[in-house]
Amino acid sequence: MTTTIRERKLTRRELLKSSVAAGATLVVGAGFVAASDAAWATETTAIKPETMATLIQMARDIYPHDHVGDEYYVAAVKGYDTADKAEMIEAGIAALNAAAQGKGFASYLAMGWERDRVDVLRAMENSAFFQTVRGGLVTGLYNQKAVWPLFGYEGESYSKGGYINRGFDDINWL
Amino acid sequence: MAAPFDLNDDSVVVVIGTGAGGGVLANELAQKGVSVVALEAGGRYLPEDYINDEWDSFGQLAWVDPRTTSGDWRVAKDFSGLPAWIVKAVGGTTIHWAGASLRFQEHEWKAATTYGNVQGANLLDWPIDGAEMDPWYTKAEDKLGVTRTGGRDGLPGNNNFKVFEAGAKKLGYKEVHTGRMAINSAEYDDRLSCQQTGFCFQGCKWGAKWSAAYTDIPRGEATGNLEVREKAHVARIVHNDKGKVTGVEYFDADGKLQMQKARVVCVAGNSFESPRLLLNSASSMFPDGLANSSGQVGRNYMRHMTGSVYAVFDKPVKMWRGTTMAGIIQDEARHDPSRGFVGGYELETLALGLPFMAAFLDPGAWGREFTTALDMYENMAGMWIVGEDMPQETNRVTLNHDVKDKWGLPVANVNFSDHPNDIAMRNHAYERGTAVYEAVGATRTFPTPPYPSTHNLGTNRMSENPRDGVVNKWGRTHDIANLYISDGSQFTTGAAENPTLTIVALAIRQADHLAKEMAAGNL
Ligand SMILES: Cc1cc2nc3c(=O)[nH]c(=O)nc-3n(C[C@H](O)[C@H](O)[C@H](O)COP(=O)(O)OP(=O)(O)OC[C@H]3O[C@@H](n4cnc5c(N)ncnc54)[C@H](O)[C@@H]3O)c2cc1C
Ligand code: SF4
Repeated sequence: MTTTIRERKLTRRELLKSSVAAGATLVVGAGFVAASDAAWATETTAIKPETMATLIQMARDIYPHDHVGDEYYVAAVKGYDTADKAEMIEAGIAALNAAAQGKGFASYLAMGWERDRVDVLRAMENSAFFQTVRGGLVTGLYNQKAVWPLFGYEGESYSKGGYINRGFDDINWL
Repeated sequence: MAAPFDLNDDSVVVVIGTGAGGGVLANELAQKGVSVVALEAGGRYLPEDYINDEWDSFGQLAWVDPRTTSGDWRVAKDFSGLPAWIVKAVGGTTIHWAGASLRFQEHEWKAATTYGNVQGANLLDWPIDGAEMDPWYTKAEDKLGVTRTGGRDGLPGNNNFKVFEAGAKKLGYKEVHTGRMAINSAEYDDRLSCQQTGFCFQGCKWGAKWSAAYTDIPRGEATGNLEVREKAHVARIVHNDKGKVTGVEYFDADGKLQMQKARVVCVAGNSFESPRLLLNSASSMFPDGLANSSGQVGRNYMRHMTGSVYAVFDKPVKMWRGTTMAGIIQDEARHDPSRGFVGGYELETLALGLPFMAAFLDPGAWGREFTTALDMYENMAGMWIVGEDMPQETNRVTLNHDVKDKWGLPVANVNFSDHPNDIAMRNHAYERGTAVYEAVGATRTFPTPPYPSTHNLGTNRMSENPRDGVVNKWGRTHDIANLYISDGSQFTTGAAENPTLTIVALAIRQADHLAKEMAAGNL
């Protein structure tokens, strides 16, 4: 269900116009969520696109890695876009937005500084919603094989003959 | 009569569980001509099946049947349904294990005498000692091919070890080397030498690490005296009105309840399932569970004082390359109460892959304090702390009648809280481990909390006096002459060392005892 903005021939400006809210890196179109640099986009089926956009930002605020692109966070939370999980997610994100509004912002995504968003998350970190999303990310984000090289981790090594001839002891700065 | 054996054959020894204890015992008995039926709850996986991927391997091998937890240990909060990380498969947790194979120190056999009265600890001396165990340790080391014993060379040090060693030397530690490992440094016993793949915890695809799954089990089967029934979950041990056990009831691979008769029953399901089975076998004759006249079944659960220290450097380490745990500092393993605690601890190298590091570095943590640590994953080094913990009567496995497994049997609840001695020792080890890395320029260090237990001990402990424990010095239950315990649950105390070499040595010794007793007509 993933499509890119380039295919849709939408410019960033047009997307911004049609969006309900804009986060640090996210813009929301009708029925889909996209990166502001148009590197990726995803359509939603069961949850609202702005909910998905907020969820992606929440995921990044929970486990922020500045060298890891949004597409990996999208992949990590995409599984919540199903009929059976929609209610839980919509309610959780609504609570997040309500908390942001309580602090004088239009929405969670409208909070420009990570520290403000993190304050909101801290206040709800014991909620089932937060813990579900956080717990899911531990495997949803870090167990993506495509993410591993971004951290230097090399994964499977048996098929390459292990590291016996590939630098198991190549440290040179001690 | 040759395997397979009939359900009504009451001449067989039934071994429950095929890990370090049960797998070795089953083979050793088979080699002596004793007929053995080994019942194993898990399936069979061999090196070609093992997966170089942490979570996929976990899904393939781990015991994930329900268990519950209580007590103030952090595992009860972070991993409430997973008190232990152990394997459910033919070969048991010897598929997962890292291979560190150390003998107890002499004084550790006599913890009560050596440490004296430690408030709140239920210390007891083992009814055996180092002299008694010496020949059995040698047999175990030869079986496992332990490096730095029996003339076998040590393993080469990987990157993680080199950082650890350099720091240790700067602090003046003397006993620092690549460990005594059940991993081949050269071909041995028809198994390859280590190829430094770095997935020791996921099952060694080269067979360089010893595991009962592809050594003792097939060799026992080759004698024709051992039948291993996989996916056979033992539910209950049954007995006659003379108080002798007569067989076991188990659910077979199709979920059908079967009854295997037995001459002797040996329980080796690891330290949660073994006491659970004795408790679930309660009868009108033994209302508190089998072999429980002392009330000690399930008590004195020990998991070793553990923790980890990870450190980040300004340059790459790539700790995941090569052996997971081949590196040790032994200087702190001594008993030296001037440090503020009794007993000692070992520091051993440890590497986790990125997926497990994310799950275990600081469970539940989030935000930049956590993610900036993972950002430096490539520059991380790591070590594991393993020390003697205090047996406490209240640290125990009980039946949770509110939660049933898929067979309808009450599951094990594991209650654990640290003893003050455990906490003092852990804090000391965190300080020392941190110092090791700071000595070589660590820019950040992480005193990481214990993972779900990998070492599980003590819940059917060995004692001289039947009042104090569950089994005698042969692992024979004090109450029932033909019921034995053959796994780590017989440990009277835990010592500082990783337990498996001792479990294997005890199993080899028990096989010898059983064969003699059977030949003498005593069983
Ligand atoms: C990641 C990891 C690393 C480790 N590294 C080391 C190390 O370096 N050095 C060391 O000394 N130790 C290490 N250990 C510990 C070591 O693996 C255990 O101490 C050892 O395997 C325990 O042996 P056991 O016989 O008590 O139980 P196990 O080896 O766990 O075997 C028990 C078996 O019994 C089966 N079973 C249980 N209940 C039933 C039932 N009701 N019916 C039928 N079958 C049943 C289980 O499925 C299992 O296969 C490590 C453990 C882990 C998890
Ligand atoms: S590092 Fe060595 S022992 Fe460990 S899995 Fe690889 S080959 Fe086996």
